[in-house]
Formats: sequence, C-alpha cells, structure tokens
Amino acid sequence: MGGGLPRKEDPALVTGRANWTDNIQLPGMLHLALLRSPFAHAKVTHLDVSGALDRPGVVAAFTGEDLADEWPGGVPCAAVVTEEQNTPFQAPIVTDEARYMGDVVAVVLATDRYKAQDALESIEVDYEPLGVVVDMESALEEGSPLVHEELGTNECFTFTAGVGNVDELFDKTDDPDDQAAAARAPDVQGEGDTDAAFAKANVVIKERYIQQRLLPTAIEPRATVAFQDPGHNGYVVYSATQVPHLAKIVLSLATGIPENEIRVVAPDVGGGFGSKLNVYREEILALVLAKKLGTPVKFNEDRSENYQATIHGRGQIQDIELAATSEGRILGLRVKLLDDMGAYLQLLTPAISVSGAAMFPGVYTFDAFSIEIKGVFTNLTPTDAYRGAGRPEAAYAIERAVDSLARKLDMDPAEVRRKNFYEPFDEPTETPGGLQYDSMNMQAAMDRLVELADYEGLRREQQQRRENNDPVQLGLGFSTYTEICGLGPSQALAGLGLGGGGWEAANVRMLVTGKVEVATGTSPHGQGHETSWAQIAADALGVTPDDVVVIHGDTAAVPFGRDTYGSRSLAVGGIAVHLACEKVVDKAKKIAAHMLEAAEDDLEFEGGKFSVAGSPDQNVSIQDVAGGAYLGADIPEGMEPTLNENMTFDPPNFTFPFGAHLCVTEVDTETGKAWVRDYYAVDDCGPVINPIIVDGQLHGGLAQGIAQALYEGVIYSEEGNLMTGSMVDYMIPGAPELPNFTLDRTVTPSPSNPLGVKGVGEAGTIGSPPAVMNSIIDALSPLGVKHMDMPALPMRVWNAIQDAQGNAAASGEYDAALGSREADVKQEGRSEEK
Amino acid sequence: MQVKVNGVTYEHEVEPRLLLVHYLREVLNLTGTMVGCNTSNCGACTVLLGEESVKSCTMFAVQADGREITTVQGIAENGDWHPMQTAFHENHALQCGYCTPGMIMASISMLKENPDPSEEEIREALEGNYCRCTGYENIVKAVQQAAGQSA
Amino acid sequence: MIPVAFDYEVAESVDHAIELLGQHGEDAKLIAGGHSLIPIMRLRLAAPSVLIDLDRLDDLNYVRDEGDHLAIGAMTRHRDVHYNELVREHCGILGYTAGLLGDPSVQHRGTLGGTLAHGDPAGDMPSVISALEGTIVVKGPDGERTVGASDFFKDYLFTDLDEQEVVTEVRVPKLSSDTGWSYKKFSRRSQDWAIVGVAAVVEKSNGNIDSARIGLTSMGSTPIRATATEQALSGASPDQVAEAANSADEGTSPGTDDAASAEFRRHLARVWTRRAIEEALNR
Repeated sequence: MGGGLPRKEDPALVTGRANWTDNIQLPGMLHLALLRSPFAHAKVTHLDVSGALDRPGVVAAFTGEDLADEWPGGVPCAAVVTEEQNTPFQAPIVTDEARYMGDVVAVVLATDRYKAQDALESIEVDYEPLGVVVDMESALEEGSPLVHEELGTNECFTFTAGVGNVDELFDKTDDPDDQAAAARAPDVQGEGDTDAAFAKANVVIKERYIQQRLLPTAIEPRATVAFQDPGHNGYVVYSATQVPHLAKIVLSLATGIPENEIRVVAPDVGGGFGSKLNVYREEILALVLAKKLGTPVKFNEDRSENYQATIHGRGQIQDIELAATSEGRILGLRVKLLDDMGAYLQLLTPAISVSGAAMFPGVYTFDAFSIEIKGVFTNLTPTDAYRGAGRPEAAYAIERAVDSLARKLDMDPAEVRRKNFYEPFDEPTETPGGLQYDSMNMQAAMDRLVELADYEGLRREQQQRRENNDPVQLGLGFSTYTEICGLGPSQALAGLGLGGGGWEAANVRMLVTGKVEVATGTSPHGQGHETSWAQIAADALGVTPDDVVVIHGDTAAVPFGRDTYGSRSLAVGGIAVHLACEKVVDKAKKIAAHMLEAAEDDLEFEGGKFSVAGSPDQNVSIQDVAGGAYLGADIPEGMEPTLNENMTFDPPNFTFPFGAHLCVTEVDTETGKAWVRDYYAVDDCGPVINPIIVDGQLHGGLAQGIAQALYEGVIYSEEGNLMTGSMVDYMIPGAPELPNFTLDRTVTPSPSNPLGVKGVGEAGTIGSPPAVMNSIIDALSPLGVKHMDMPALPMRVWNAIQDAQGNAAASGEYDAALGSREADVKQEGRSEEK
Repeated sequence: MQVKVNGVTYEHEVEPRLLLVHYLREVLNLTGTMVGCNTSNCGACTVLLGEESVKSCTMFAVQADGREITTVQGIAENGDWHPMQTAFHENHALQCGYCTPGMIMASISMLKENPDPSEEEIREALEGNYCRCTGYENIVKAVQQAAGQSA
Repeated sequence: MIPVAFDYEVAESVDHAIELLGQHGEDAKLIAGGHSLIPIMRLRLAAPSVLIDLDRLDDLNYVRDEGDHLAIGAMTRHRDVHYNELVREHCGILGYTAGLLGDPSVQHRGTLGGTLAHGDPAGDMPSVISALEGTIVVKGPDGERTVGASDFFKDYLFTDLDEQEVVTEVRVPKLSSDTGWSYKKFSRRSQDWAIVGVAAVVEKSNGNIDSARIGLTSMGSTPIRATATEQALSGASPDQVAEAANSADEGTSPGTDDAASAEFRRHLARVWTRRAIEEALNR
C-alpha cells in the first residue's frame, strides 16, 4: 500500500473494450421511449396511445393506468427524517397530473431506438396546465398552488436540531435597530445562567446564501437493460448504477417481485457523482415491462432526459447567523434552510440536507448551534445526492460566514480561522453538531497551506495590483473544511432516518493456484477499487496486486453489499477487505503450522511466507498453503477446507477528513470575468493507499466544486421550464476553464478503522466552492463588494461591482432581465451584516 | 454505403438519418465510441475521419461513404497500445473512462496538427471534450507525455 | 434526440446542388459541415424532408491568392482556414477566428460558406467578414453574383441567398503590413458562442489610426458595424481610442438571454472594442 500503482481498470477503458450498459444487445430486445410532460404542472385530460401502435416497429405502448398493478410500491424513498414527513406516491407513469417538466405520461416499446422515438409523436395527449411552484418561499405561502393537492401543503418536513442557548444568544445581539451593537464589547449582557461567553457576543454576521441547483452530468447517461433470467423464474437488470445491491432491494419493494428473484449488475459505469445513487422509474419500468412482455427491454436516456429527469443536486436557501466576539472568537451559529425536494422524493431526497445538518459548525469549536430545515416541494425535477450531498452546502455556509466575520473585524481570514480551530486531537471529540469528530489537526494543514502557497507573497502581489488600479484584480480565498465520510455506523444511520445498514461486506478467497479473488460490496464507477482493493489484499496476504482480481457490482457474484457513495468505500469496504484478508492469514497460519510441524505461535508471516522464527529455511508460501487448504488432504483435523473468508464491517464511528484550501482568483473588473489562476489544497484523508488515485479524486472533486462556484447552475423559467436543458446551456467546464492544482497532504489517522483511512471522494467538491467565492469577494472588496452568489459568471460579477459602486441603473436592468427567467435569481441572496 | 473502419471495409444499406455513432456502435458493434450529449458539446463520440477528429454524433453514417474512420479500437498496432493510450494509463488521465476514447482520439488529432503544443494549446484543443472525473490536469500531462515532452 | 427521417441527396457539383434545390423546393435543406443543422434536427426543431449534402464538393475547398484579395472556397473547413499559410500571411484575423469556432472537431467539419449562409449573428465569422468588408460569391439558376458582406446578412438566420442559391466563394482583402487586426471573443466557456465579439481591422500610419473597421458579434439580429466608433477613430491617435470605443454600442440592438442582458452586452461591446483596437494597434 501507499504506492502509485497505475490502475488495473485502465486497459479495457483506454482500448474501448469496456462493458457499458448501452453496449448490451440481446435477441428480441425492445427499446423503451418515454413521453415526458412539457409542462411543469398539468392535468392529463386526454391520453390515447393507440396511434403509436400503428407505427412501424412498435410492439407495445402503455399508460400509467395500464401498468398500475405492476408497481405496488411506486418509486420508493428510503429516507424518513421526521415522523411527520410527507412522502407522496411516485408512480413510474403518472395517472393524473404531471408534476414537473419531464414527468412520464406514457411509454412506447419498439424494435429500435429510432422507431421508439418516432412513435412518441403519435401518442395523443391533452394537458390542462395547473399552477406552478418554482420558488420555495412562495411555495410555503398561504394560497400557493400545491405540487401534491392531497398533502394540503408544499412542506415535506421540518427538521430541527441544536445545542446550547442559541436563540438566547441571538436575541441578545440580533437587534437590527441597535446600531451600536457591532462596536460594543462585553456589554451585551447575558442573563441568569447563560454562558459567560455568550454575553461577550458583539458581532453578528447575518447572511443569505443560495445553493443553486446543479446537474450532476455523469458523462455516461443512465442506461438499463432488464430481461428474464432463462435459468429460473427471476430477472436480471443491468444498470448504469452506483448501487446494484440497493437497487435489488428497491426494485423488489417497488414491483413486489421477491428480492431473491432479482439480480442486478452494474457493469462498467461512466461516472455517477450521486446521480446514480438512486433507483429510477425507468429502471422499474424496464423490469416490469421485461416481465410483462417476456422480452429484454433497454432504456437509454439522452442528455435532454438526463437533465430533465435524472436527479438534480443542491437547491437550498441558507439563512445563516454567526455570533462572535470582537476578537473573532465564534460563539454560536444559527442556520435556517429551505431545501428544494422537487416534485417527488427520490431514494434519499429528504436525507441530503439533514445528513449535512451537523456539519455546519465545520472545523470550529463553539458551544451554541441550532438548525432548522424545511423540505419544500416544487414543480421541478427531484433533487438528491450530488457529490458531497449536504456537506458542500454546510461547508460553504460556515466558510463564507467566517470570511464575512474576518472582513467585518478587519482581520486576516487565516487568523480568524486559527482562533477557532479545535486543538489537535486523535480521539473522538464532541462537536456543536452533536457528532464525534474522529481526529483532526487543522493547524498542521493550515501551516502547510500557507507555506505551500506563499500566502504572504500573494498578499503583496494583491496589494500591488490594488495600488496600480489594475483592471484585473487578485483575490485570495480560504476554505478550511471537514466532512463526514465512511457511511457509516448502522445505528447512526438509523438516527439520520436512513434505517441503518451502514456496513460493508467482503469475501476473500485464495484459489488452488494461489491466486486471489476479492469480492467486494462496493460498486466503483471510476474510483479505482479494483486497484486499491488489490493493493490492500496484496499487502495483507503477501502477494502482488497482479495476483488479485476484484469482483464487484453483481449481486449474484457478491453475496452482500451496500455500494459506493458518500466517500464510504475505502473506510468501510476497503476495511472489510483488509479484515477478511487478516482472517485468511490467521487460518493460513494454522495450516502452515500444521504443514511445517511447528507451533503456530512460532511462525512469522512476511513477504507471503510463513517461516519458523529463527529457522527461516523452514517455510511455506501462502500460495502453497492455499493449495493445501483447497485440496484439504493435509490440514488440521476438524478444519474446514479452503481459504475463503467473509467479513462484514460495521464501523464504530464515521470518519472526518479535513483540509485547508487557498484559491487564487483573477477577476477582470471591467468585464466581470473571473478565473482561478492557482489552487492550493492541503488535504488530510488519513493514510493513503494509492496516491495517484487520491490525487485524481481531489482533482475531480476540486473541478466540480470550482464548477459550482464559477460556471454551473440550473435555470428554470417562471413556468418551470428547464432553460439549461443541454450542454449548450449548462456550463460544464472544459479543460480551458480549469487550473492546475497544487496539492499536498497531512496524515492524521482515523481511530474509526484499523487502517486509519478516512475517504477522499468528495473532499475537493466540499472544500472548493467557498474558497473560490471567498477569493472573488476578496478581489472585489476594495470596490465595496461584500456578497455574491454562485455561479460567479461574468454578468453576475459585473452586476455586483455595479451595485457596490452605486450604479444601480445598469444593474437594475440586469436583474429585471434575469428575474424574468431565472428562478434561482429570484431568490437572490442578500447580504446583511449588522 | 461503403466505409473502411479501423482498416476493415464494410458495406451496408442504412437509413440516411442513422448517425455515424449509432452505425459504429449498433451496426458494426464497435462499442468503444460513446454517446454523451447529443449536441456536439461533449466529444465522447470523437473518432477520426481520415486523420482528423470529428464528432460522430454530428455526422450521418451516409456521409462517411467512401471514407476511412478510425476509432479507439483501431489505434493499437499488433496489440501494442498507441502512445496516447499508454500516456493516459501512466498519468492516471482517466477515472470512469467514459470520455476516454473520445479524449484519446481528439488528442491524437491534436498532435497530428500541432506536434509540440503548449499547455494552453492542449487545453484549448480539448475544449470540445468534457471529462467530469479528472479535472483535466492529468489529461494534459498525458498529452504532454505522448508529445514527447517531459512532464 | 433522433432526427425525423429524410431523403438524402449528394450534390456532385454546385450546378447539381442548384438543380436539386429546384427539384425539391422549400422542403430541401443544404448541409455543409452540419454543425448548426444536425443538432437542431436531433432536437427535432428542424425536420427537412430532403438533405442535399455539399460535403463532396471538394472543388470548393481552396484558398487562392488573387492579387489584392484571397478567394476561399465555400467548403473550406474552418480548421483548414485556420492553418492555411496564405490566410495566415495575408489575413491573419480570418485564420485566427477560424480557430475559435466551436472546437477542433467542429472546425474539421464546419465550413466558411456554411457558417456565413447560416447567418447567425452570434457566429464569429459574419462579423469578421463584415469588418474585412469581404464579398460573398453565390450561384443560382441564373448564374453567379457577388454580394458585399453589408448586404448579405439581412436578419436573424436570414441572408440574401435565394432559395436556389449556394454560397461558392468568400473573398477577403489581403491586409497590408500597416494593417493591425484583432478578434476579441467574450464567452463563458471556451467552446461557447460569443456573448459579444469584436472584430477590428485598423489601418495605421505613423503610430496613428488612418481608419478602422469594426464588426460586432451578437449585438443585434445581424453582424453590426460599430460605425460611430469607426468615424471617431478616423485619423485618431492612440490616446483617443478609449473615448471612441465608448460609442461602440451605438446603433446596436442586443438581446437579453441567460448569458447576458442587453445592457451588459452594450458594456462589453465598449470594453471589448477598446481592447480590440489596442491589440490591433500592437499587431
């Protein structure tokens, strides 16, 4: 372990021999095409699919009523975050109303995808448009149109949590008419038993941040092929999914087909980023139609469908209040979130913001914290997990607020952060969010970052540009974050409304030839588990990674699994592999002792050989032991033959990677164009198994975080029409839009698992958005800019400068222009500092 | 239509609207070329027409009549990888690998036109090929390696 | 994302294309590089019943030195224009801009004639050809005629081409060594359409500006000349550039979309015009 082994996955991928779901062609296979609603909210008043049946190549066409008996469970949501949560039924094909643009109204099956698409045009359908809800605040107002009439409200849930006397803290300090409060030192008095620290609060940062919706945009669109398993009565579902094991359960719940009659296979999967951590109506449809028609059915979405009907990420309005002393010591944090569910609950929709709730305090230690989250239904595409899933939102809020605090107090943002870091610790430590952080040393990460970036030198360069009135200004933005990985302890997950099941399973077996098979319950789609798990196994078993084959993603080949998401794979699944290997070695040692006629305690195991201590010539290789174990002719009496061990690892705690980032941005103040010149990141994910894979995860994560900050954002019209419906309009960054990254690491092992590993899949996406935004605001602060929402595309940056310069005429027109088209800008952030 | 793909000549009657990428994938079963966006933005479907990169989702199969096409499945010679394939592997320039065939073909075409590109030129030349996993830095390094530049 | 079915005809020559256009009437559509047409056909926003493919008209793929101007065949691919030695030597702005359109794979298919015939005011080439005061050669059933750039672009996606006419050649002046040029493209991402583009062709003498021609991209329904700025620059010195650029948006009618408001476009046109002229003066 620890070596930068080039990946075992690559040969198939660089030569075009990968097995993507859409490659699958089966005899008699039909293509499924979906008629999607062009309206965000409309009653279907007339629907006749018979015209489609007359088109060439069309085998069948169905309405929701035709198939309603096939999905007793609808499209399931597995998350219940409060007892009162409203969970509307989601039918794979609607039978009454379409509730977002892209909702499914009817389906066609034809012999090829061209004919299926043509036939959609022959379906007769009439819609009666209904009132549309696109804005969360209006959705909660009395008299708003309702996404689900039967619920009587657009509220999905209200979740609250907190510690300390947080309301009292803010009641004392948060008086907008009290102009003197900000300048006052300890004279905001606490009463009674309020902690003395609260009484010292004299600065409150009160801001609103918008987490715009994002399109996850795995480059491989979703694809599914379902067919009857000719061997028995069951079904095989190939799907471009992150979660074959979860899908097996969910497909059973949705359709009533017994779980043991469903096999799900995730072949090569072209990226997920959370968007394939779901079980979609199209997967359910492919399965029930394969069952109904007795023929293989393929669904392959195009990019327009991907943008309309695959989950969106983020979608929050964040109201943040941060209280601190005039010296910059944070005293408390109060958070109110509105979280956009979209029109239905997908697999984990309500759990995303709730699972991030405890992360708002970040890397800062203080006593008072409270959070309220309201989940809100809108007539928009459902949201769910997107890379980071709740943690980027939390990190963004606290990191923006801390920078605002530094500006308010005229302190260096690095200094304010240092004042509030935890003292380094390596045992679980209680946080204001009620979690037990596992281990942390922010000081070391920050020290390294400041040195790596030459922070002082950058500040001098910035000063020079300011003095020269350079049209291109330089901005420096910090982000010091932590996140929660290693999902997770089953009990803790149950507490988050996810039922539990946070373990991961592995099977490790040594074959008669000495080769190794590792079956893992994780389901990689770019993360390189075939390589990293082989390294872990090779290290534990004393073989080479080339001797190890990793099997994954097939519920018939891997006994149990909980799949890949939330940066959990290494810290849970990798550990399961490691522990299963230890079991193999333990058993092999017994057999070796038997073979060498030595006492087990006298054996040493190194380099794949068992040898008698003091007599190195008396040895046997683990391969030979494996052969002997397999044949079973010469093993200790009563021992089971074979080296074949299972491990199910349920971690005692989550892991909490952390890091310190510095973004260096250049902003053209004349055009509003901002770009990242340099990006420095010092991340700590514990010990590293494969550094090139870890750096690669960071690169990709940083790219997606920078993309949220600078480029990407879903735009809907007031009518709920998706305006960013293709890659022409949705701003996925290309190679020219992104910088090189300067990375380094600190290593603080986690006590949560025997390898001390923490996880790294989402770190970059969590750390980078606030660093970028803080840097842009830093660049423009001499012009009076104090706030900006994401994405910082040129017009928004230019507008912020115009606003700050009092040029309201120009920006007013700009806002009007956007306001008519852009729902998220209607909710544009306001920055209020008291 | 008659077309030579990866050195093999094929003859088919096809519907004029059949996109080249679907012809490659579904008629010839050359599934190394992928569809990512349908709007000519992402480049997952990039192949060589003659020696030049084109997006096979924005070309009809009939337009390739009489032409030579090379896909990622046709660039290794006698089992030896093309230097660009080796460079992508050695520089960890791929993660999920879905954009990789298109990225490799665009990179090969780039070096044909500009054998010694600067980093900026590499990034600009790959502007029409999106990768969601790598952040591009390692892709740039791979192209530099394939161009014989020390990384 | 599958086009509606259509009939497909390969034009063997320009005359054949004209004949096919006559034969199939208004349901027919010419296709050159296809990078404007095929995506909208895939979105089913266009559904021509007949496609007439100009792809095989290799005799329209050339760059010729015609003394005072360059003649470029309509089917010359953007990438070929970009790398062409004659273009680089005599009309740098054209070669430079050809390398900015879409991305290299798009440039390998897209053609100079195709992009002009499409007449998209957000395209970079129409404003460059306008600033160059180029000429477009078109051929129809009644023979050949030439149209100046200012007369060619009529409205949004609407040109002076008659239904049966085909663009065959584009003529641009050879720029002298005293002519500076610049094309400044402002877009969110490198591969995107221009939010605003400014093409500047500046005749210099003794460090001053003799005359300047400025074409604006995406500032109205056609490429637009910044005539007020051009007049202000006539005989101007470099320190008068900033003020002259301030009138760059006069007479324009930019639209508002998700990328930019009209006001932001006007602002960008002024800033970008100033920078384009400054760059041209130094080139």
